[in-house]
Amino acid sequence: MNSQLAVILPIAVPLATMAISLLAWKSIAAQKWIGCTGSVLLFVSAAALMWLVDRDDIIVLQVGRWPAPFGITLVADRLSAIMVMLAGLVMLSVTVYSLATIDDRRVDYGFFPLIHLLLMGVCGAFLTGDLFNLYVWFEVMLIASFVLLTLGGERGQLEGAIKYVALNLISSAAFLAAIGVIYAATGTLNMADLAVKLRSFPDEGIVTVLAMLFLIAFGTKAAVFPLFFWLPASYHTPPVAVSAIFAGLLTKVGVYSLIRAFTLLFVTDLAFTHNLLLLIAGLTMVTGVFGAMAQSEIRRILSFHIVSQIGYMLMGLALFTPLALAGSVFYIIHHIVVKTNLFLIGGIAERRFGSGKLSDIGGLQQSMPVLAILFFLSAMSLAGIPPLSGFFAKLTLIRGGLETERYAIVTAALLVSLLTLFSMTKIWAEAFWKLAPEDARSASPAIFASRHNRFALFGPIVMLVSITVGIGLLAGPVMKVSYAAAEQLLDPDTYVDAVLPDRLQIEPDRWQIENDLTQHAPTTNRDPTPDRESIAVGQMTPVLEEAFQ
Amino acid sequence: MDIALAVTVGGLYAAGIYMMLRRSVVKLLIGLGLLSHAANLLIFTAGGIVRGRVPVVPTGQSQPIAEIADPLPQALILTAIVISFAVLAFALVLIYRTYQTLGTDDLDQLKATDT
Repeated sequence: MNSQLAVILPIAVPLATMAISLLAWKSIAAQKWIGCTGSVLLFVSAAALMWLVDRDDIIVLQVGRWPAPFGITLVADRLSAIMVMLAGLVMLSVTVYSLATIDDRRVDYGFFPLIHLLLMGVCGAFLTGDLFNLYVWFEVMLIASFVLLTLGGERGQLEGAIKYVALNLISSAAFLAAIGVIYAATGTLNMADLAVKLRSFPDEGIVTVLAMLFLIAFGTKAAVFPLFFWLPASYHTPPVAVSAIFAGLLTKVGVYSLIRAFTLLFVTDLAFTHNLLLLIAGLTMVTGVFGAMAQSEIRRILSFHIVSQIGYMLMGLALFTPLALAGSVFYIIHHIVVKTNLFLIGGIAERRFGSGKLSDIGGLQQSMPVLAILFFLSAMSLAGIPPLSGFFAKLTLIRGGLETERYAIVTAALLVSLLTLFSMTKIWAEAFWKLAPEDARSASPAIFASRHNRFALFGPIVMLVSITVGIGLLAGPVMKVSYAAAEQLLDPDTYVDAVLPDRLQIEPDRWQIENDLTQHAPTTNRDPTPDRESIAVGQMTPVLEEAFQ
Repeated sequence: MDIALAVTVGGLYAAGIYMMLRRSVVKLLIGLGLLSHAANLLIFTAGGIVRGRVPVVPTGQSQPIAEIADPLPQALILTAIVISFAVLAFALVLIYRTYQTLGTDDLDQLKATDT
């Protein structure tokens, strides 16, 4: 397969699936089939991208053959490929799970087209190499998530959606303003080009102001310390399948953007920006876990845990060493798998008793022993008990912290993981261990009766649990992948060289000189290697022609 | 001209934030609208203002003769306007449905899903 085709497939496949399932608007069965096929195809294309990036390091596609920084660039480096791969995985498990849990009315109103639209936005955000395109992909993702959040129109959903919509729109406005100011300062929006220009920007103050604007914009999406209130207010309101995909993916898009911005663009004033990130990371961890401890409903506890774990991901970014950043990447891999899974398991418990309140449920250990084992493994993984995936993720981060002698954050991280264990034990003791309350609505609805539904409910959970256990047992290879991604992130030059192979020509003064020279004499100062030559303006590689042959 | 636009941007931001701090959901929405307009105008102002020069390169030249108006910020704003229009339309429907379902437009009353 052509490697440039692989970059666009994770965006094109959900788009095509969405369009086709819109055509099948009238038939619920057809939409389910199309939705599942689309998810499998997305997963396959994400895996192919992952494989190709592992071979080629960075794959760049200049859309429409306009060379960067003039055109739209799609870039897949190791981090992007990992994220797209995880998105495909979450999508696959959630689609299968939703076959049993999403009611026909919601499918009727377009559930399947919407989750594919959401995935298109998510994959686009992971793959784009241009700030304004990042904004557009964010909005694609947001509008799909707004509708998914309100689909069904229940009281809680609408109330949660108002907060979610308002705060996300504020962060979008901040992001847009930041884009305007960064364009005014540098005259470009291509991330690779920005990386070059911000490095030699004369006024360091303006760069720091820009960094803060982007921190607010991405931080709101990622739900970091002072900006996370929309998350626990809204994530527990929609149906479980929607909650799970939100919990797994949406905040991680914010984290991904933060990692991209603070490894590629804003690395001039590390003492200020990354220390601030470290402070935010610590506060995010602590507030999130305290919030979780105060809750008594499964999905609310899990929502607050998302916040606290965002702190871990930021911790690695803030420490800014290869080891710590590899810890961040590992943590994201672990977290997306485990958190999606915990939401799916919580959904089954809620379905069983018709409520998510810990006081209304109990005795799951006797009535559903398999579910108990699956929950136990995921919860222990989230808390960081060896040999599950969470242990290695936390170990790497803490070793990164000890290496740089940031003992405060290490203490916070250890304490928070102890408290995580505590609140996971709370769910375990209340929902699984204690006897079911006398007046519990032991509604074992028809949903658990049919074999089809049982497969749809437990299949994804078993798959995700085995991935958690697998990551734990094969921590070496996963660590290697994360480390390679981290090293690539800390070496922005490879990214810049991949996107702008003709970098020297594009710097403004050179551009001017070249133009003057070409009018009088044949060019002499050009690099004669054919691959560079071919990407110069006017004679570009026929990328797409190749792709379609 | 720059100064006037800058003051307008500041005024829009101030008005938008003031409206968002009110208790009525409708005012929250008006505030969000003002905020997105402020951001658009900020991009327009920051992109540099040139009067009456189109970004067209004359035939036989390889670059424009004089200073031109940068078309990129305008393209960005155009996209942003379309997006914010769509999102605001969604938000309007959302608050209407919320008002119908919950029977209130007071943000202080919407705390059932809060922690």
